Order: sequence, then C-alpha cells, then structure tokens
Amino acid sequence: MKPGLRSPLAEALLALADDELILAHRDSEWTGHAPILEEDIAFANIALDELGHAALWYRLVADLREEDAERYPDRLVFHRPAGAFRNVRLVEHPKGDWAFTIVRQFLFDSAEQVRLKALAAHPQASLAQTAAKILTEERYHLRHLSAWVTRLAQGTPESKHRMQAALDHLWPLAGQLFQTLPGEAILVDAGAWPASPMLGIEWQAQVTDFLTGCGLTIPARTSPDESGRQIHSAHLEPLLAEMQSVARLEPQGEW
Amino acid sequence: MTPATASFSPEQVWQELGTIPDPEIPVLSLVELGVIGAVEIEGRTVRVALRPTFAGCPALHAMRVAIDDRLRRLGAASVVIDLVLHPPWSTDDLTPEARVKLVAFGLAPPPSPIVRIDEILATPRTCPNCGSNETEVRNEFGPTPCRTIHFCRSCRQPFEGMKPI
Repeated sequence: MKPGLRSPLAEALLALADDELILAHRDSEWTGHAPILEEDIAFANIALDELGHAALWYRLVADLREEDAERYPDRLVFHRPAGAFRNVRLVEHPKGDWAFTIVRQFLFDSAEQVRLKALAAHPQASLAQTAAKILTEERYHLRHLSAWVTRLAQGTPESKHRMQAALDHLWPLAGQLFQTLPGEAILVDAGAWPASPMLGIEWQAQVTDFLTGCGLTIPARTSPDESGRQIHSAHLEPLLAEMQSVARLEPQGEW
Repeated sequence: MTPATASFSPEQVWQELGTIPDPEIPVLSLVELGVIGAVEIEGRTVRVALRPTFAGCPALHAMRVAIDDRLRRLGAASVVIDLVLHPPWSTDDLTPEARVKLVAFGLAPPPSPIVRIDEILATPRTCPNCGSNETEVRNEFGPTPCRTIHFCRSCRQPFEGMKPI
C-alpha cells in the first residue's frame, strides 16, 4: 500500500467500525426487553456480532496508524468525544419499537453485505480477509431480518402500519450509508476503494425489490441530508455517556 | 544463563495446545476445535496463529490468556498470538474426534462439508439425546455465537447444535 493511502484508508475504516459499534449498542438495548425470548437471544447475538465486526475494523485502523492493536481500539471506543465519531445518524437513533429495529437492521445489514462483497475483492489481503470473515457471519443476520420483514409487513394491519412508518422514517437516514466516506475520495482516485455512491445504487435496487415484494412502499425521494459523518443527532451523546461511563471512571484500569 | 533456543519442539507445543479446553465447550481442546492455525518457534518465542470462530466470540480473551500461560510454563520466554482470519474458521475444521465428543456433550455438530448454509439448516440435525432425525431448528441464534437451538419431536426435548459456518 502506498504510504499516502494509509491515513485515508484508516479514516474510511473508522467510519465502518463506528457504524457497527453504535448499532451494536442500540441492538444490545433489547437484551431483557425483546418481545419474545427467542428474539432476546437472537438480538443479543446480533449485537455481539456487530461488536466483533467493529473490533476487527478497529484493529485494522490501529495497524494503519501504527498503534497497538490491543489497546488502541479501547481508546477509540471509550475515550473519544461524540464529535470525533464517524458513524451515520441512522444507527444513533434509540431502538424504537420492534418494527423500527427490524427495518433499521435490515437496511443496515443489506447495505453492509453490498459493501463487504466489494471489499472482499480488495487487493490488500488484511482488508479482503476481514470483509470475507464478516460476510460469513452476516449471512445469518440477513436470513433472520428478511424473515422478520416479510412476517411483519404481511402480518396484521397494525404490524404493516408500523413497518411502513418505520421505513418512512429510516429510508432517508439510510441514504447516508452510501455517501462518500471520510478519506474515500483519495482512495477511489487511486483505485483502492469501491465508490460508495455506486454501491448505493446496487443496494437501493436490491432492497427496493425486496421491500416492495413484501407489500411496503418505498418513500418518495426527498431532498437528501448531505451533512457528513462529523455531524451527529442529539442521540449520540447520551449513548456515549452511558457506554463510556465505566471506562472513564478509571482510564488506566485493567480488566 | 537462559539458553537462546527453545528446549521444546513444535510437536510439544501442539501437544500442549491440545490439552487446553475451549472455555465454552470444555470437552474440546483448542486443537480439536480447529482454531489453532499454525505454530512457529523463533528462539524462545512461540508464535501461535489463532483463528476466531466468530469475531465477537467472548471466549477469545480467555483462549489467549490460557495459550500464553501454558506455553510460558512449557518454557517459552514470550508468546505472540496473531489473530488470523484466513482461511476463516469453519465448522468443517472440527476434527472427527471433536464431532464425537460434541454429541456426547449434547451439542449436535452440523453436517460437513458446508456448501450452502440454507441447505445445511434445512437438513434435520440428529438429536444428541435420542438419535432421532425428527428435529427442527428453533433459533438460528443460541446461548453463544457458535450455537443454534433445536427441538426434537421424538423425545420432545430441546437441544443445542453448533452453528454451521
């Protein structure tokens, strides 16, 4: 890898890692609260998987920045202020009702699959291997989420209404997943990254097909929110305040 | 004076790793589970390639601590554990002995080799309690990332399986 590409690559991967981390936290909020026991188990696992995927990306960021792969991820997660996070606003939103959680996770996991497939063909082995590893686990997420989307969209009038309401709310937010990532422009110019807007076209065609097939309506195009990943909603700070509270009590602590 | 070269062979390292139990499925050793990719000895340093089952496996830390501790006791001056993702760990990497032990432990191993996940999941797992194939998947997620939950219609008992990956 050319030395000039290390820093932009670290920025792009940090964005992917932050997406996974914050979504994992939101998913974990269902633990003990999911509608049925089986889903409590399933969502605790999905949360753990996303956290594991975040950890893999953070390790690569550490390598690219020549930091300690064991300690640097913890510093990124527990000792960064909200303004330094690069996740999309989609994942910050509180978990909402079950339909909201299902639609968000479906949109996120299907988007992730499109990007991971492209990254699995990356010439840099560590990056391609990480994407390939995550893909093997993500198959289970998409199976699970696709089944839930179908079930709820074709269930009762109430479940369909909630699914449509969730989709109306989340669809514009999901568009941010395929806005150009931090660092991406330099990487794309060097032929070292799949352009997000191109992947977004593929993703949109896939999910539109699936969701309309389930009887849901894709919201009409609205003017997209073009503000970047450095801008966060009011929901991120309280989330981080809780997530980081223990580590910040004892910054030098070992456990 | 400590000697500059190791007083133990790679075979002894593999043997030692073969006695470390998996933290969550203690009837299997790390070697039987298939998570040890390679072992190298450089002077008195041992490098171990560890392949995680699932990226978020909570047992990963316990595995690293156990490997470090055991190899130091064997005589290693330092132990380097590399997290290796290629080739990704698969339930196909379980040794034949591991499959037999899993059944005795009450955990049904998935068919092997794995080609298509949906076909594997649609194939009824053999109940580890009564041996019946009249079983169904109840949850593709279980008490650990690497397990699924099944139900046997013959003995009317739930059981766990290893998640095909």
